[in-house]
Amino acid sequence: MESPNFRLFPANTFAKGALLAAIMKTALLSIFLMVLGLPLAAQDIPYIKSDQVTAWKSSDSDTVYVLNFWATWCAPCVAELPDFEKINREYADKGVRVILISTDFRRDVDKRVKPFVERQKLECQVVFMDETTPNDWIDLVSTEWSGAIPATLIVRKNRSFERFFEKQLHFEELEAAVQEALKN
Amino acid sequence: MKKALSLLTFVAAVVAWSFTTAPVHNGYHVGDIARDFNLKSVKGKNVSLAGIKKAEGYIVIFTCNHCPYAIAYEDRIIALHKKYAKLGYPVVAINPNDKDVQPADSFDNMKKRAKEKKFPFVYLYDETQEIAKAYGATRTPHIYLLDKNRKVRYIGAMDDNHEDAGAVKEKYLENAIDALRTGKDIATTETKAIGCTIKWRKTDAAKPKDAVKQ
Repeated sequence: MESPNFRLFPANTFAKGALLAAIMKTALLSIFLMVLGLPLAAQDIPYIKSDQVTAWKSSDSDTVYVLNFWATWCAPCVAELPDFEKINREYADKGVRVILISTDFRRDVDKRVKPFVERQKLECQVVFMDETTPNDWIDLVSTEWSGAIPATLIVRKNRSFERFFEKQLHFEELEAAVQEALKN
Repeated sequence: MKKALSLLTFVAAVVAWSFTTAPVHNGYHVGDIARDFNLKSVKGKNVSLAGIKKAEGYIVIFTCNHCPYAIAYEDRIIALHKKYAKLGYPVVAINPNDKDVQPADSFDNMKKRAKEKKFPFVYLYDETQEIAKAYGATRTPHIYLLDKNRKVRYIGAMDDNHEDAGAVKEKYLENAIDALRTGKDIATTETKAIGCTIKWRKTDAAKPKDAVKQ
């Protein structure tokens, strides 16, 4: 894989000596791999309460939050994860934050969710919804939500943008909603 | 003019508010009369609500084999039936999932699961998904408590803790049945819970909004 770091330098920068160039390349490559390794390292899965969702939804910042409710055992949820990863990669520098909110069982967070996140090399922030009474917090996410997963809320509160989906999303539909949130 | 404008703003706000708080929701609401059905049971016979004798009401539960939330409730559904069937409120479990989307929910696997767990209640297959659509079920498990006239009296979850039956604080469904039996008002008539999306058939032209896309 070619490192995008190399493109920052003109090609003739390293032309003085092949050895020097090789050393520089190795050094740059190692730095690049270290930087690349950071998001790939096993991420912590913070436990959140429903007030965190409220905080994301009432945020005064200009961030577009993509909140996806999922579980490791939910086939349509797992099927749509690559599309959320792609949005996360392509829109992170445009003020979009994708957060994958796990609704797995609490006893499965260490046993199933963490290994899954590692295996899939998920780069999106994964958090666990540490609440026992869904009836108390489902409406905080969206009154449109009946409780079925996958479910996704795209919100940019300071622009009053809110779009909710209770179904499996595909990249085009997800991207269109994100773009609309950004444009709003 | 200013007055008219502010009135217009107010009307617009009310309209916007009504849209945000009253989402589009197909299927039955509390108070509606639910339709009967005639569905294939794992025991081989077809079952309809009208065919259940001495019923004072019906606990219709859309559930399935594969969904961990549904599995977490299996023992509680069995206990519920054992407690309430003799009081005239039997459990009527319906699996609405398409077997091609979720093979674990095929009729054969329903039979297997019913045998393994010795389900004391009827377990029916909504193969056309017509009943789940009519009721407005979106997830498994999804419960509809009907009185003997098939009037919907409660919609939602069994209780407030799907993971740990021992940590349940509020038994929404039992409270509703108890109120119904004693002629009292049902305090909580609707609750929400996390569940698995119903696995809608992919070729269905009239699939609902939450159907899994092709």
